[in-house]
Amino acid sequence: MIRKKLLGTVALSTALLLALSGCGSSGPGGKTSSDSATMWGLTGGDEATFTTSVESWNSANPEQSIKLDIFANDAYKTKVRTAIGAGQGPTFIYGWGGGVLKSYVDAGQVEDLTDFVTENPEVKERYLPAILDNGVIDGKTYALPNNKVAPVVIYFNKDVFADAGVEPPTTWDELIDLVPVFNKQGIAPFSLGGQSKWPNLMWLQYLTDRIGGPEVFQAIVDGKADSWSDPAVIQALTMIQELVDAGGFTSGFSSIAADSGADVALVYTGKAAMLMQGGWAYQTFKKDAPEFVSSDKLGFISFPTVEGGKGDPKNIVGNPSNFWSISSKATDAQKEAALAYLKDGMLNDEYVDDLIASGAVPVVTGMEEKLAASPDSDFLTYAYDLAKEAPHFQLSWDQALSPAQGDAMLTNLDQIFLKEITPQQFATNMNATLGK
Amino acid sequence: MSMATRRATGGALKQGPSGWFAAPALIVFACFAVIPLLGVLGLSFTKWDGISPISWAGTDSWLTVLSDPVTGNALIVTAKIMLFSYIVQAPISLLLGVFIAGHQKYRALLAVLYFVPLLLSSAAVAIAFKALLDPNFGLGAGLGVPALAQDWLGNPDLVLFVVIFVIAWQFVPFHTLIYQGGVRQIPASLYEAADIDGASRVQQFFHITLPQLKYTIITSSTLMVVGSLTYFDLIFVLTAGGPGYSTRLLPLHMYLTGFKANDMGAASALGVILVVVGLALALILQRLGGKDRNASQMEGA
Repeated sequence: MIRKKLLGTVALSTALLLALSGCGSSGPGGKTSSDSATMWGLTGGDEATFTTSVESWNSANPEQSIKLDIFANDAYKTKVRTAIGAGQGPTFIYGWGGGVLKSYVDAGQVEDLTDFVTENPEVKERYLPAILDNGVIDGKTYALPNNKVAPVVIYFNKDVFADAGVEPPTTWDELIDLVPVFNKQGIAPFSLGGQSKWPNLMWLQYLTDRIGGPEVFQAIVDGKADSWSDPAVIQALTMIQELVDAGGFTSGFSSIAADSGADVALVYTGKAAMLMQGGWAYQTFKKDAPEFVSSDKLGFISFPTVEGGKGDPKNIVGNPSNFWSISSKATDAQKEAALAYLKDGMLNDEYVDDLIASGAVPVVTGMEEKLAASPDSDFLTYAYDLAKEAPHFQLSWDQALSPAQGDAMLTNLDQIFLKEITPQQFATNMNATLGK
Repeated sequence: MSMATRRATGGALKQGPSGWFAAPALIVFACFAVIPLLGVLGLSFTKWDGISPISWAGTDSWLTVLSDPVTGNALIVTAKIMLFSYIVQAPISLLLGVFIAGHQKYRALLAVLYFVPLLLSSAAVAIAFKALLDPNFGLGAGLGVPALAQDWLGNPDLVLFVVIFVIAWQFVPFHTLIYQGGVRQIPASLYEAADIDGASRVQQFFHITLPQLKYTIITSSTLMVVGSLTYFDLIFVLTAGGPGYSTRLLPLHMYLTGFKANDMGAASALGVILVVVGLALALILQRLGGKDRNASQMEGA
């Protein structure tokens, strides 16, 4: 009798557990099943584009549905790696290419998409060719671009420049000359989100490229001994410290977080004249200060030339695009759904229009007419041409290098901006991380 | 020995309740503290980036961690935060605790107000202070007081003290609560006798309150000092260890090494160091408590 009761209880609780777990995986609305492909995207400018795209994909392809979750940038970078290590990663892995992608490839965590791209030439032909290369490692494709070209440019407040009676700088010397002009008026020459650390990096990237060309950083990526001591890097760091000394950056720059858009706010509120930021900052301007953008007060220029520099002034740095990789640990059904989406759901007409409407340049060929028809055509066409005509498009260094090197580089560069270390000390510290 | 004779000798109880009462706690402790700790110790001798297979690395990670100047800096930052937090928090919470232990109505209201910071999560506290301390859009700029518009979180010389202030703001209420409880345990008869003898309020504080609070002080100090090894969330959100390395204390250094630089071996070594430092501090504080530190003050127990 007692035994029977016990068995009954066990059966009941098992049934209950099953029912509960069933509820858990079906999710709200029950649109997606437990074997749905999962996708982790980022908050910010492209959030709406991803959401719309996945929703319309799911309603058109209920049998190959995708479940989208959205995370904040820094939180995502930590979470995704931990999840992948624990075998709990999403089917679609959002990434930047470069050293981080390589670490996934080395660990066998992402699918080789080479055959998929070969069998579906229309996928490959969709993209600007130079951008596709950032998802290729050792000749094999592991990631496909999923959003926008984001070159780093200098944004400026046209009103502030008009009031001061000056022109935006085209050379480094002109840039240095502008610093006292703005300081005298109580306006910071440059806004900078120094607490986030990665905005500091844009200065080092552009200066190194303008002075020494792309070869300097390539040697660092290749792990060549003492490559951080290259005279171009030392000179770039010295110039950064000169600019800090001259009062080039807004006071308290190292407590300003770029993730919250505070660096952008300084420009549209007229507290700072200029801001060097990626193409995504245009989306922030458009979202946070629509009036400022629509009344044509936002200007943008390329990074100035440096006298005697070896690099082509048309070279750009930034993020060629973001990427989707497909987890190799996903089930066959999930992989199949993911590939079908990459082929037909991603960067289709609706997707591209959404991106353009948000103020971004899709990584797709033949966008000229669509961009020209957009209310943001000035910036979008400018950024598109910049990316299309650039002889070299350098992926952000913290993504191009291995995570261990990237972390050390950002903190050491922070110390350069704070003048806590000299360029030589920076080079010594960073040389020690080569090959890590 | 009978109960009566033991009472008569006046010695401490030699035999407590059965050791089996500790079993549930010990099992939980073993599962969630001892076993993971051994795991971390094991990981510190391996090379692992979080996603590749784990490979044996011998003492590599230990040598890296111990020779890295950043580790030394993290230890110094941790010690500074620990010391200054203690110097700031201990007197404030002791005095506040003594003050609100009174029974007047308005003190109850004040006690509730003092308690508010403890109800907020560290992340919320950090985000609020970050907004208030922003040099361009924060409190200083908003109120138009230039003295408040300092680069609070971006100045390497200033930021440590800002962090210590925010920590104190958040944790003083907790220790105030402990002291309040301690003060209310002191028999009123002691104060009545002192009043009759004509002792002043200050004399009463130094000769009755403070000695009677000995064990409360030890408890609160242990929590404060060992707790400062776990200040992480607040500082992570407030400064992320910056600018430079100026607020990168040991737990944060461990996290950034493990999850930003993806070096789990080195992060595990740092974790072991953290455990050793924490245990050593707890032991030292227990020693300072004197021989009868763990004896109950309750009569008959």
